[in-house]
Amino acid sequence: MPADFNWAIGGEAGDGIDSTGKIFAQALSRAGRHVFTSKDFASRIRGGYTAYKVRTSVDQVQSVVDRLDVLIALTPRTIEENLDELQEGSVIVYDGERTTMQGVEIPEGMIGLDVPLQSIAEEKGGAIMRNVVALGAACAVANFPIEHLDSSLEKRFGGKGQAIVDNNRKAARAGRDYVDENFDHEFDYDLETTDNDYVLLNGDEAIGMGAIAAGCRFYAGYPITPATDVMEYLTGRIEQYGGHVVQAEDELAAINLALGGARAGARAMTATSGPGIDLMTETFGLIATSETPLVIVDVMRSGPSTGMPTKQEQGDLNQMVYGGHGEIPRFTLAPTTVAECFHKTVEAFNLAEKYQTPVYLAADLAMAVTEQTFAPEEFDMDAVEIDRGKVVDDDTIGEWTNEKGQFKAHALTDDGVSPRSFPGTAGGAHMSTGLEHDELGRRTEDTDMRVEQVDKRNRKVETAQEREPWEYREFGDADSGNLVISWGSNEGAMVEAIEFLEEEGIDVRFISMPYIFPRPDLTETINDADDVIVVECNNTGQFADILEHDALTRVKRVNKYNGVRFKADELAEEIKETLSQEITA
Amino acid sequence: MSSDVRFTDFKSDKQPTWCPGCGDFGTMNGMMKALANTGNDPDNTFVVAGIGCSGKIGTYMHSYAMHGVHGRALPVGAGVKMANPDLEVMVAGGDGDGYSIGAGHFVHAVRRNVDMTYVVMDNRIYGLTKGQASPTSREDFETSTTPEGPKQPPVNPMALALAAGATFIAQSFSSDAMRHAEIVQEAIEHDGFGFVNVFSPCVTFNDVDTYDYFRDNLVDLAEDDDYDRHDYNAAKDRILDASKEYQGVIYQNENSVPYEKQHGLTENMAEIPDGAPDDAMDLVREFY
Repeated sequence: MPADFNWAIGGEAGDGIDSTGKIFAQALSRAGRHVFTSKDFASRIRGGYTAYKVRTSVDQVQSVVDRLDVLIALTPRTIEENLDELQEGSVIVYDGERTTMQGVEIPEGMIGLDVPLQSIAEEKGGAIMRNVVALGAACAVANFPIEHLDSSLEKRFGGKGQAIVDNNRKAARAGRDYVDENFDHEFDYDLETTDNDYVLLNGDEAIGMGAIAAGCRFYAGYPITPATDVMEYLTGRIEQYGGHVVQAEDELAAINLALGGARAGARAMTATSGPGIDLMTETFGLIATSETPLVIVDVMRSGPSTGMPTKQEQGDLNQMVYGGHGEIPRFTLAPTTVAECFHKTVEAFNLAEKYQTPVYLAADLAMAVTEQTFAPEEFDMDAVEIDRGKVVDDDTIGEWTNEKGQFKAHALTDDGVSPRSFPGTAGGAHMSTGLEHDELGRRTEDTDMRVEQVDKRNRKVETAQEREPWEYREFGDADSGNLVISWGSNEGAMVEAIEFLEEEGIDVRFISMPYIFPRPDLTETINDADDVIVVECNNTGQFADILEHDALTRVKRVNKYNGVRFKADELAEEIKETLSQEITA
Repeated sequence: MSSDVRFTDFKSDKQPTWCPGCGDFGTMNGMMKALANTGNDPDNTFVVAGIGCSGKIGTYMHSYAMHGVHGRALPVGAGVKMANPDLEVMVAGGDGDGYSIGAGHFVHAVRRNVDMTYVVMDNRIYGLTKGQASPTSREDFETSTTPEGPKQPPVNPMALALAAGATFIAQSFSSDAMRHAEIVQEAIEHDGFGFVNVFSPCVTFNDVDTYDYFRDNLVDLAEDDDYDRHDYNAAKDRILDASKEYQGVIYQNENSVPYEKQHGLTENMAEIPDGAPDDAMDLVREFY
C-alpha cells in the first residue's frame, strides 16, 4: 500500500465537480491528513471535461503523481481522460443507471463499482446529492470514517439550513452502506487520521490573505482566469478592515485605479494574468517613473495571446523582467509554494513602499488553483512586519523642502530612495509624472538631471540588493555536482522528484528561487557545478537565459542615456577610459 | 481646509508653455478660483491630468497631482478619491484624452459617479501633436490627417454622459471667466461626478472653433428662466440640439448618491496598523 492516496472526481463542467472535490479535500484536511489538490478544467461554463483531483498522505504532499486509486466518473470521458493514471486495482465508481454511463466498460484489471448514485440521492431527498452519495462510496473504498465528511458538509451547506445538511449526511452514509453491502472486495486502503490541525487553501487565496495582513486596503482588478480568485477572496473580506475592491471596466482602468489609490497613500494592489499584464504595461512605466509603490500580481497561464487560459505555463517572465518601453527598475518575486504566496505578498508590499517601485508577484496557474494543507502557524500573523519606508509627516517634511518651501518628492539621495508625502500632509503638495522630472517632480529635459534621476532610480535596486536578504531555498545534497534550479510552483514536484532520483542512486542539489529580479548571484554556484539544469514551465527557458546571462564572461560597458545620441569624439574618450577599467558585475 | 486660501495659492511658479492666447489659461484660472471658492487648499486637493496640452495643467497648478498616461486620468482620480475620500479630486483632460483614447473610462467614470470633478478642455483639435482631427472635430474640418475632413460625425460628450447616467453635466467657455469659474464651482459642490466640458479654443491650429465663434453662438442656460436643469428631457433636447452651443449646468440629478457613500468609503486608507490586523488569524482559521 503506497503512503499516499489519490482520488479524483470527473465529469462535465456544471456537474458540481469542484464543490464535491473541495468537500472531500476539506474532510481529509480536517481529519489531520495532508492534501494536495489539482484541477483539470476547460475554458467553458458548462459541458466539456473537468476534474478535481486530491492527493493525500499523512506526510506533506507537494505535487501530483501519475496514479489514481479511486476515480468517481460521472461521464465515460472521465475514464478515457484518466486512462494513463488508472492502473491495475484502481477503483472506478460510476452510476450504471445514468444514461450516458450505461454499458460503460471498465478497463481490464480495474475494479468498477456500479453505484446507483442518482436513485440513492433521490431516496435521501434529491438527485442533486448524487455526488455526495459518491463521496460516501469513496469513503467506504478508502476506509475513511464517514464522520469526517460531516463538518465539511456542514461548511458547504450550512447556509442552506440544517435539513439540507442532514440530508447530505444521510446521502453520504447511504453511498457508503451501498458499497459495504453490495461489494465484497477487500480494499487495501486505510486513510489513517491524525490530531493535526491543517488549513487548506490555494495560492490565489494565500495572496489575498497576505495582502490583507500586509495592510493592503485598495484593490482594483478585472476578472481573468486564473487570477480572479484573488479578487473574489478580497471581496467581502477587505471591507472588514476598511478596504475596498473595485471591479474596473478593463485592466487599463484597474491598474490606474490602483495607482490612484497608491498615490493617495493606500497600500494598493492589482492582479491579472498575461494578457492583462500586456494592457497594464504602459502604466507600469508611469508607476516606476513616478516612483509609486504598487503590487502587481501576474498569475501566469499558457500564452501568448489568449493561449490556453485554463492551463499552466510560466511564460511571462521576460515580460515581467523586461516589459515596458524604456528602462524601468522593478522587483519581481516568484513564490514557490502556496504558503510562500502569503509571505511573498507581504514582502512585496514592503519592498514596494521601502523602494517606491512597482513589484511584480509572479504566481502561476498550477499554484493559484492548487489547494494545499499547511499548519496554520505557517501563516504567522504576529511575524508580519509592515515597513512603509520614508514617509514624511507635518513635522519632518521640513527636512525635505527647498529654500522656497517646495517638497522634493524625487530628492536625489545616496540610497536612491526619496521621501514620500501622503496627500493631506501640509507642505507636501507635489507633482508626480511619467515625464522625466527634477527633484520637485517637475518635467525636465535637462540632460544632467535626466542622468541623475535615472541613476537615482536604479540606485534603489542596488540599495535593495545590499539591504534585503535575497535568499533561496535549498534541497537535496548540497555537495552534489548535479545542480537543479527552478522557480515558482515547480518546487513541490522537484522536491519529491529528488526522492525518486535518490532511489535510482542519483544525487542532486536543488535550488528553488523565489526572486527573479533582483536575485541572489548564482554565478559561482553554477560555475562550480558539473551539470546545471533549469526547470521551468515554458518553451524557451526564460529563467535559464537569465542565469546563463549572469554566468557569461563579463563585458565592459559604455552607456549613455541623457537623451542625446553618441558623438564620435566623446565615444572615443569613453572607450579609452573604459579600456583601463576593471570589469565589475 | 482653510477659509483664507486665495486662488493664487493653487498656482505653481512654473510658467505655462501654452501658446499665447490659448484657452487653457482661462480654463485653469477658473479651476483654481473654483477650488479656492469652495474652501479647498493645495494640501487637500489632488489634481489628475492626462496627456497633451491639457495634461500640462498639473504642472502649472500647485497641489498634490498626478500626470497620467494618455486617456487614463479618470481611473487614477477615482482611485485617489476612493482611497482617501477627504481629498478634493479634480481631473483635467482634453477632448482627445477624454473622448477618444479614454472614452471607455469616461462612460464608466460617469456611471461610477465618484464624487470628483472632471474638466475637459475641448478645443476640437489635437494641439500638442500639431493639428490633427480630434473626436469633437467637425465632420468637414480639414486637418493634416483629414485633408477632406474626418467624414464622421463628432462625438457628443454630453450625450454620452447623459446616456451613461450622469448626475451633473455642464458646459462652459474658458474666456467667459466668471461663468466658467462659477460652473466649475457648481461641479465641485455637486455630490457625485461633476462633468464640465469647457470650450477652450486652440488659437494655433483651429481657425473654426474660435473665440469669436463661441462668443457669437453661445447660449447661456442661466439666462433662460424657464430652463430646469433637473428636467431630464429638457436636458436631452438641449444636448441633442446641434444648432447651438450651450453654456451652463445642463443637467443635475439632485438625488445623486456618490460611489463612496454607496460603498461606505469614509476612511483614509493610508492609515494602517504597524503589523497584521489583531484578528488576522481569523483569516487563516477560515480555511480549516
